[in-house]
Amino acid sequence: MTRAFAPGLTTALTAVALAGFTGAAAAGPGPDEDQLVINGEIEIVTEAEAPAHMEYVDTVYSGWRFRSDETQAVQMDDFDNPAMIWVENAMEDWETVEGAAGESCASCHGDVEELRGVRAVYPKWNEEAGEVRTLEMQINDCRETRMEAEPWKYSGGDMINMTALIASVSRGMPVNVAIDGPAQSTWEQGQELYYTRFGQLELSCANCHEDNYGMMIRADHLSQGQINGFPTYRLKNTKLNSVHARFRGCIRDTRAHTFAEGSPEFVALELYVASRGNGLSVEGPSVRN
Amino acid sequence: MADGVKPRVKVPKTAAAGEAITIKTLISHKMESGQRKDGDGNTIPRSIINRFVVDFNGENVIDVTLEPAISTNPYFEFEATVPESGEFTFKWFDDDGSVYEETKAVEVG
Repeated sequence: MTRAFAPGLTTALTAVALAGFTGAAAAGPGPDEDQLVINGEIEIVTEAEAPAHMEYVDTVYSGWRFRSDETQAVQMDDFDNPAMIWVENAMEDWETVEGAAGESCASCHGDVEELRGVRAVYPKWNEEAGEVRTLEMQINDCRETRMEAEPWKYSGGDMINMTALIASVSRGMPVNVAIDGPAQSTWEQGQELYYTRFGQLELSCANCHEDNYGMMIRADHLSQGQINGFPTYRLKNTKLNSVHARFRGCIRDTRAHTFAEGSPEFVALELYVASRGNGLSVEGPSVRN
Repeated sequence: MADGVKPRVKVPKTAAAGEAITIKTLISHKMESGQRKDGDGNTIPRSIINRFVVDFNGENVIDVTLEPAISTNPYFEFEATVPESGEFTFKWFDDDGSVYEETKAVEVG
């Protein structure tokens, strides 16, 4: 009798142990419950109801929620956020006259605060050009046509600093890119790319960031791949990283030939991925692993 | 003076008497170690911040010796007790002889 009872007891104990383990695991790689307030005043929405167009996800989370407390803390104070050094550098560029027209950013736009809200709606349809433009494309258009200056390299240092500056004044505002009207076909192209498997590993964006977010990818927490926090200061390379550089890295990791930064494919993908974060706050420049 | 050097300091504007306040400092500086070589194999000369001193109303708070292994943009965070209202003076000493200075006043209410 004792022997017959023993397996039952073992099973019960295993069940308890497993339940305990599963509970701990759920609190591990998935999004945590922390709230993000920057400088004690800018409240950031890091969790929102998924936009209507997303079929397979109910709640969208900022990548901040997937990071460790230590990494999260660095973003909570601009003094600690290393990205702010480059934001200050961009502030100098903002006021620097360049090009044949003798203009600076400030000569048209005045204070950079005037661009509050811009980051939240880009990429955006440009009626005159008849195309969807990223913030980088718009900055270079300003440089070429208004300032008559040399365009910056798409993911070059000057460019990324400027996007960080422009993002920083929109922090706390909800991402709200338009996906209908003239932007719709570009958005659909982006969606197509998001679900297309690339490379020798045959992975689409969705395979990781939709099907498996909240799991571990080797030693790292897999987030939803939201881009509301870009440009992002990454601890792994101690510099600011642009959205397109990140796309390139992801596609490279699938062992595929990647698209170029600033290519029509990446512009479409950026619009689509940005629209998956509609409702989250603009967070850039953020701090991530 | 080395290029792009800019001191930054964060000190609370007000404090209670005897309270330990947190002070954060950062100076953007390339901190060239003197160990590296350029493309032609020539040693890039050492250029670092070698000393960092903080005083409060003339009294020394901390005095730090920095060595070449300290990375770019050195950051120091420390606590200091403030007995009365006064001024913190921050000084960074560069290898090239430059001294970068910053002051911050604290009101004790």
